Amino acid sequence: MNRYLFLIFLPILSTFAQDNIEGRIVYKEGTETSALYGANVYWLDTSYGVITDEKGKFSIKPSLDSNKLVISYIGYRNDTLLVRESNKFIVHFLTIDNSNSLDEVTLEKRKTISRLSFQAQNVINVNSSELLKAACCNLSESFETNPSIDVNFADALTGTKQIKMLGLKSPYILITEENIPSVRGASQFYGLTYTPGTWIESIQISKGSGSVTNGFESITGQINTELKKPFSDFPFFLNLFSSANGRLEFNSHLNKKISDKFFYGVYIHGNKRDKKTDSNNDNFLDLPISEQINVLNRLQFIDNEKGIISFLSFRFLKDEKLMGSKFYDPKISNKFLIWGSEVNTERLDTSLKLGYVSPELPYQSLGLQVSYNFHDQMGSYGYRVYNINHESFFTNFVYNSIIGNTKHKFKTGINFSSDNYNEDIDNFYYNRIDSSIGGFFEYNYNNLDDLNFIAGLRVDNHNRMGFFITPRFHLRYSVFKETSLRFSMGTGRKVSNIFAENQSLFGSNRQIEIKNNGGSIYGLRPEKALNYGFGINHKLLLFERPFNIFIERYVTKFDDQVIVDWEESRKISFYNLEGESQSKNFQIEIDYSPSNLINLRFAYKDYDVKAEYINGYLRVPMIAKTRFFSNISFESERNTKGAQWRYDFTHHFIGKQRYFSNQEISSSNFSPNYSLINSQLTRAIDYNLELYLGSENIGNYTQKTPIIDSENPFGPDFDTSQIYAPIFGRMIYIGLRWNL
Amino acid sequence: MKKTILIFLISFPFILSCQEINEKNNKVQFEVTGNCIMCKKRIENAALLSKGVKFASWDIPSNQLTLIYNSKKNSLDSIQKSISDVGHDTPLFMASDEFYNQLPICCLYERKIEYNK
Repeated sequence: MNRYLFLIFLPILSTFAQDNIEGRIVYKEGTETSALYGANVYWLDTSYGVITDEKGKFSIKPSLDSNKLVISYIGYRNDTLLVRESNKFIVHFLTIDNSNSLDEVTLEKRKTISRLSFQAQNVINVNSSELLKAACCNLSESFETNPSIDVNFADALTGTKQIKMLGLKSPYILITEENIPSVRGASQFYGLTYTPGTWIESIQISKGSGSVTNGFESITGQINTELKKPFSDFPFFLNLFSSANGRLEFNSHLNKKISDKFFYGVYIHGNKRDKKTDSNNDNFLDLPISEQINVLNRLQFIDNEKGIISFLSFRFLKDEKLMGSKFYDPKISNKFLIWGSEVNTERLDTSLKLGYVSPELPYQSLGLQVSYNFHDQMGSYGYRVYNINHESFFTNFVYNSIIGNTKHKFKTGINFSSDNYNEDIDNFYYNRIDSSIGGFFEYNYNNLDDLNFIAGLRVDNHNRMGFFITPRFHLRYSVFKETSLRFSMGTGRKVSNIFAENQSLFGSNRQIEIKNNGGSIYGLRPEKALNYGFGINHKLLLFERPFNIFIERYVTKFDDQVIVDWEESRKISFYNLEGESQSKNFQIEIDYSPSNLINLRFAYKDYDVKAEYINGYLRVPMIAKTRFFSNISFESERNTKGAQWRYDFTHHFIGKQRYFSNQEISSSNFSPNYSLINSQLTRAIDYNLELYLGSENIGNYTQKTPIIDSENPFGPDFDTSQIYAPIFGRMIYIGLRWNL
Repeated sequence: MKKTILIFLISFPFILSCQEINEKNNKVQFEVTGNCIMCKKRIENAALLSKGVKFASWDIPSNQLTLIYNSKKNSLDSIQKSISDVGHDTPLFMASDEFYNQLPICCLYERKIEYNK
């Protein structure tokens, strides 16, 4: 009896004596391994088995009857493992059983706006497919689907769009083209319209003080545009565009491989508007009659073995605008009887870029950039005149390397710039040369995990600003895997080109007053500001789809600023800040893609921008305190030929803005709230041909009286610069893109 | 003039860099098994934490790790050992089961261990 019992208990005892066998059942998809939840794990020829948990883990008691463990899961090949005593923990890969599986559908996921989340700086990358979401004829219109940049009309004459970042106008943003400062000086006002949308490969928007490597001028941020490159662009590209308001555009790219190392591209842009429109019956054209020819030649050299890359670019631009009264004809009209305006610009840009990356030590590189630009602009506005001629030379030399290992990187270099300005303002002449030499050092620490920071310092010697130091700091820290914090702080300075930056003043008969205080630029001191900001980004899954929240707070405080004071009627004054001037910005942004085909983006923005004027501490005029942004984009799957539908819908809510002049019929000091709706539908017929149809300002909202005292254009109250909303109503456009 | 000299001083720590070129830089490439972007971080981090390693870049599809290290400061053996200590097999060292089992699920790579016969 005793013996019998022993025999029964032995197996039970022995199972207690042995540890469970643990393991994980996983499968590989591409390069990623994932857990198999609910896989069966059982001993061969027994009924004893377990099921894996959501992490693919299992724990099974050893069996006396079998040492062969069977793993099975529907759609995967069964496997049998021989378990030895030494195997305490098993990781097993199941392979997909392809014998009778369904046809796989691969979903292509394209992310068009992406925050570069691993960087210390707050950089938003906009790629070329995001730029296809709107009419986007030029760089100034490329930000319509982007909540980080606000787009406004500059005035009632030129139809030019003006951008703002963190509540401040574009002169406070450093705008670069392939890291060479581009929209500045004379081109400050129209410069964004000189880069055709189809030339743009991508745009990087960095919020906050920016990197020291590109100069001291960035105060609220930096916008860098990368243009298409002959090596990577299509051999042939054609874009045609026509809008109901009479704008015609033509873009063509031709790229040719000359040899294994040389590539040449020529990009041609032309646009024309010759239709006279006056929808508000004020006898002034809603949009200018205009013509632009823009030709870029690029030669690219690549030698991968030697690690050399180089670009040589030449660009020529001619831009002509005719504005003002619809009865004005420059050939026959008397400009003292009929108010008309003409702005003609010629511009030449040349640049050479040379980069060397050591093939042996890939962390060491050298870069040299040299550019020369010539800008000649002649403008007449009624009887006013504004001509500017700006010649500029810029060179930058950068060396990249490491300290110890690639966790500690640095950039160092030197740059030199020289600007020669000749201005004619109503027959007052201002000529000046600005030149500066500067050196910079930027250290970047990245622990490849949760901490990444950049500390930069530059010293500059400027003939008008003297010798000064510019420190900047950016930090990114991941508190948790899904939550990261950002902090940035830095200073920036700039020379205020008061006329070039405020060209809309010439569309008024205001008298110009400069309160000269003995400063070095038009008798005024240069501008200096501190910018700091915090941001939180949290990623989560909502219905198993990625959901991203960004909360940001940025503050810009001016130590010195050139105040542009429109407050007094019939006068515009420029003077240095006495007291406080600051811009506080708060933004919440939500990105969600409920499916692979749909993307949603919402943003709420609050701007508190105030400055000390002679009349007191006031809200800066023509800036909306609140803005809402929403964007829905849909993209169907491409079929085998590449056919696809794309649809985009953007809604902007623009809150009330303070008027600087009370002469509008409205009794309020504030403009009304309004909404702007834009939408576009694109049909890709195959991979090479796309047609698009879109509409801007679908709600047909316009500012009823954009021009103050339009009946008396030569009178003292005439003013075209107080614009809060579009002048032209609903606009429909069509276009095609074709590449080979 | 003094200021210009200062500008040059801040921007050219070339003297440091020149020394670096004289050092013994070894460039090597070998296989480290792994899968994903998390593996990449872990492998590169382990390599860079080893003394003398200046540059580490691990390629996901080929599983090749490119290293630049100063052979006077460290040996390739000990660099490979420190990579295997975070759970990834190298040509010279196989990661211990203990380290391998601690890897997150997406990083589990197929090992050349035969369970079935």
